[in-house]
Amino acid sequence: MIGLEHYLTVAAILFVIGIFGIFLNRKNVIVILMSIELMLLAVNINFVAFSAHLGDMVGQVFTLFILTVAAAEAAIGLAILVIFYRNRGAIDVEDVSVMKG
Amino acid sequence: MVITTLAFYLFALTAVASAILVIVSRNPVHSVLWLILTFFMSAGLFVLMGAEFLAMLLMIVYVGAVAVLFLFVVMMLDVDFATLRGGIAQYLPLGLLIGLILIMELGLVFGHWIFSENAPDLRAAVTPIPEEVENTAALGQLIYTDYIYLFQAAGLILFVAMIGAIVLTMRHRPNVKRQNILDQIYRDPGEAVEMKDVKPGQGI
Repeated sequence: MIGLEHYLTVAAILFVIGIFGIFLNRKNVIVILMSIELMLLAVNINFVAFSAHLGDMVGQVFTLFILTVAAAEAAIGLAILVIFYRNRGAIDVEDVSVMKG
Repeated sequence: MVITTLAFYLFALTAVASAILVIVSRNPVHSVLWLILTFFMSAGLFVLMGAEFLAMLLMIVYVGAVAVLFLFVVMMLDVDFATLRGGIAQYLPLGLLIGLILIMELGLVFGHWIFSENAPDLRAAVTPIPEEVENTAALGQLIYTDYIYLFQAAGLILFVAMIGAIVLTMRHRPNVKRQNILDQIYRDPGEAVEMKDVKPGQGI
């Protein structure tokens, strides 16, 4: 029987893979953005698992909201990436020092 | 029930395997394709949990829009991705350490985590999943009534993201000839055409 813990385990593994991906691809912004998408997906799985387990519909409403925010984040992130590439001709994250941050 | 278990393990293992391949692939195009597979498998998990609408939304929004956007950008940028792979050995121990710590912490949480006896009674504003209507209708009954402001905020976020992406990526190129309709309308025939009396054999 598949219970709540199974889904939570899958979500936890996906989340850790996302964090690991950020460390593994420190220079490649595109893969970092994909890792962030993986982490948001893991959070979504958590929300839906608890929604199904507790019999509360609000978890799925919140998942809807997270999905929207993730889509917006991907769009803005990739737009910033495109103009960064247009200005610098490279997408190395380590060279991002235009804003002196 | 056996089918459900088998389906869960199929979806879960494929999702985890393809998520690992997302972060270790040498070619970002392959990464995007593995990401699409991860989203598909997660949609399967959503279906198993009874959230059909969100599963379809995951496919439409993530696979149809976000992953294609990633693919578009990866193919549009002419970047030598091999050089970006450098320095992995430098970051690998730290990444492994943090990943290990995180998964240990999460394992500890899962291992010693129980619902208290009266916790379900203490929850406020529970919206039970209705038995008689399907998932999509239940979600619709919720987001258009009690959570209308959240729904509107989601729409606003998408709107701002759209405007932001357009503002960021639009560029004005100088020295590009464009049609100016107002100039054309206000053109005066008297000024536009000049009559010249050309003498034979002389030219202007």
